Amino acid sequence: MAAVYCAAQAEALRIVPLDTLTAIYHRASGITHLVGPPVPEILAALGPDGLTLGALIARLGETYDLLDADEAALGARLDELVAAGLVRTA
Amino acid sequence: MKHVFSVRIGPVGFRVGSDWREPIRQLAALYAGYPQPEDGVPDFTVRLFAQRPWRRVIRPAVMIGGDFMIPDAAPLPLAQGLLAAEMAMNLQMALGQRRYLLLHASAVERDGRVLLMTGESGSGKSTLAALLSQRGWRLMGDEFALIDPITGLAHAFPRLVSLKNAAIAVAEAAMPQARFGPLLKGTPKGAIRHLVPDAAAVAAMDTPGKPALLLFPRFGFTPDIRDVAPGEVFMRLTQASTNYVAMGERGFDALTRLVLGIPAQAIDYPDTGHALAQVEALWNAL
Repeated sequence: MAAVYCAAQAEALRIVPLDTLTAIYHRASGITHLVGPPVPEILAALGPDGLTLGALIARLGETYDLLDADEAALGARLDELVAAGLVRTA
Repeated sequence: MKHVFSVRIGPVGFRVGSDWREPIRQLAALYAGYPQPEDGVPDFTVRLFAQRPWRRVIRPAVMIGGDFMIPDAAPLPLAQGLLAAEMAMNLQMALGQRRYLLLHASAVERDGRVLLMTGESGSGKSTLAALLSQRGWRLMGDEFALIDPITGLAHAFPRLVSLKNAAIAVAEAAMPQARFGPLLKGTPKGAIRHLVPDAAAVAAMDTPGKPALLLFPRFGFTPDIRDVAPGEVFMRLTQASTNYVAMGERGFDALTRLVLGIPAQAIDYPDTGHALAQVEALWNAL
């Protein structure tokens, strides 16, 4: 069964859009992440309920023009976000 | 310790103890107009001490100590004892301050609004702050701007202004009536001379101001002004803060609030005349 990725609990993060960059404070680690697209979009799309990788691509495709949706690349980004604590797997 | 001096600079009280009389005598003379720490209790203690007892007299070298220390800090010759004391006081702030978000920036105030200038050593932030204090601005500090995480206001920390190398002659020419400390030659940063903030800066140092403009000055380039986007400002200020990480979420909130609340520009300038004109033009355009 495909893994489900969920955005971290809302109370775990402070998210402040600055411009094209977004500052995210991760309360558990005290680390600040300065991220650019598509990270904020991924977090918003995942939400607390979460999506599988395939469903995330479909969801992002509803809002954004994904010309070259690359499942492997997006999976790698998700794994980085899991390692940073911004995304968890259910 | 044998010789002791206490002072309050802005909201921060210091107690400086020394094995030698001279650094304390110089501090007392240069900080003569400053108050004592609140209720007589300092926030930080600084010690200037000899590495070995005989080094008090034989080739005397000043070791820096205090509540917060850097291991293996190199001693300074006694002739640079004043610099050692200033460095030690800065070190306590950089490593120990938790009440305010500390930005490595100079700050001047006019009409209750604060101009912050941040940059590497040599960018001219101290010189510009000193010169602006002669042109209707209140000097709030040349080294640290203290941002209150609750109010977002900038608090003054008007310690002695540290002028380095070419900036010394510039300030001496522009401020012939000002008080200066001794010329310290051959320090790790070249020649240094301390400028005593004027009486108005000391009298008003308990009055905070609202940050209104952030500048990134750069000396030695053809004149140029460019906007700096909030994301870049945020990144540069995290690097310019000595206690951002230690402040945790309060630091994050204070910094994002500051970054989103005020415009930021980088200014390149070939001489202080250009820089002062650039500053006034940007300020008047707010």
